[in-house]
Amino acid sequence: METDKNLDAYQEFVKGLWRDNPVFVQVLGMCPMLAVTNSAINALVMGGATLFVLIGSSFLVASLKKWIPKQVRISLYIIIIATFVTVADYSLLALMPGVHKELGAFIPLIVANCMILGRQEAFASRHGVRFAVLDAAGMALGFTLALFALGSVREILGNGSLFNIPLFGDTFEPWVIMILPPGGFITLGLILLVFNWAAVRKQRFMQQVAEAERETL
Amino acid sequence: MIKKEPDLLIQATPMLRQEMTTPRAMLDVWIALIPVILAAVWFFGVGALLLLLTTIAGGLMTEWVFTPADKRRGVMRDNSSLLTGLLLGLTLPPGLPLWMAFLGGAAAIGLGKLIWGGLGSNLFNPALVGRAFLLGTFPIAMTTWSPAMGPGHFFEVQGSLFALPFQTPVYDAVSAATPLGLMKFEQQSTALSKLLIGNTSGSLGETSGLLLLLGGLFLLWRRDLDWRIPTAIFASAALFSGLLYLVNPVQFPGPLFTLFSGSLLFGAIYMATDPVTSPLSPRGAWIFGIGIGFLIVLIRGFGGLPEGVMYAILLMNGATPLIDRYTQPRVFGRQARSG
Repeated sequence: METDKNLDAYQEFVKGLWRDNPVFVQVLGMCPMLAVTNSAINALVMGGATLFVLIGSSFLVASLKKWIPKQVRISLYIIIIATFVTVADYSLLALMPGVHKELGAFIPLIVANCMILGRQEAFASRHGVRFAVLDAAGMALGFTLALFALGSVREILGNGSLFNIPLFGDTFEPWVIMILPPGGFITLGLILLVFNWAAVRKQRFMQQVAEAERETL
Repeated sequence: MIKKEPDLLIQATPMLRQEMTTPRAMLDVWIALIPVILAAVWFFGVGALLLLLTTIAGGLMTEWVFTPADKRRGVMRDNSSLLTGLLLGLTLPPGLPLWMAFLGGAAAIGLGKLIWGGLGSNLFNPALVGRAFLLGTFPIAMTTWSPAMGPGHFFEVQGSLFALPFQTPVYDAVSAATPLGLMKFEQQSTALSKLLIGNTSGSLGETSGLLLLLGGLFLLWRRDLDWRIPTAIFASAALFSGLLYLVNPVQFPGPLFTLFSGSLLFGAIYMATDPVTSPLSPRGAWIFGIGIGFLIVLIRGFGGLPEGVMYAILLMNGATPLIDRYTQPRVFGRQARSG
């Protein structure tokens, strides 16, 4: 097991938001990403459900890691995740039946979100409870951020509204493709493009700074 | 001079400089399309010209914005964006709002070409990608056809062209069904003479069969297109539609109507022969063309939309790398691969 001594709590939380963003950098969890982001509210509910499942299962996995045998760990992680997904599924059904109906099979499918299993295997099972929960919260918030970015763009263009509030008046011509799956792929691709472009620009800038520093020394 | 089998000439210097360059080939297609453009303006008014200019502007601007500054001059000079914009414009309905046309031009160059790595790296025909994007995005505007007008209405520009960005267009005239729409939904055929001259409703550049064939002959004479692809498309579309016609002459159109209606001629001569997105080997070109003809008849006969040329070409574009791999000619002197 790796030690937690050289970990910084703030860093572990913040990394999931931008630097190691599960969607934009790791490109994980594409299934819910493309399937449920046709409106901002769907995206946020999906993000919330994922947040609950990820924090809960990271907490359990990190606390139970001593008793989880190495050979069957993946199946045990999945059982833990499935428990929380079931809780999220029934809670949504009780609290927001409309949204639950729209999300359909994608709430149970959170079990199969590789981003969640990935965090258990790569982080929660190797670190203490405190860091596991912080990491889970950061990653899930980063995931929600990405879902919301995609969902809001698609809802604005595809429906002319945000959170079901019309933005452009009655004569708005909807971009039908944006609420269909191709729109999801196109929007995600363009967002990834901007993300990578920004990353390259930043790297080049840091190099220039380093060179300038070397010259002045 | 050494002559080798098959027809490979190896000569010592001096050599003649090859005149055929990319900008020159693109320019040839432009020249071939001039009669078609004039016909579009004749039938649909000056608005047609505005639409064409808008798609070209959309394409050129996207190309300029997303090309690194040091490569701009070369890329902008190869005429390919000019041609893509023109081809896209000719496939649009005459009453499409200009802002949608601009968006289509940008999508054609951005999503159809630049994202793949520029000219020569794209898998799909950029103009058709732009059209597919528009058809998916604005399905109603893209299937609202205004009737062909007489010369008296030459300077009348349809009001729907000037719809503000993001706004639904308001159409002046009653929309008219295309010959293919009439055939599919009302089992009503259109006279061949009308299809040849182009006095029907439809996309800007697809209506006039004779002028399209004329441009095709010019390209053939200039050796800009692989004659096998259009020939194969015509032959297979005629064959398969003929078979369907024999089975049920009421529901399915005959071979001649199939060939001259819709954008089959336009697609076969100007879209499918794009050298980047069609197979390189002669055998591959035959397979490619036969596949397109078959898919056109299939989509027109049994699909939800009356026209299927665009999707047929895009699908076969996707199959092109595979066709190229399986029809690669044997390297001279090497044994055929067994098994």
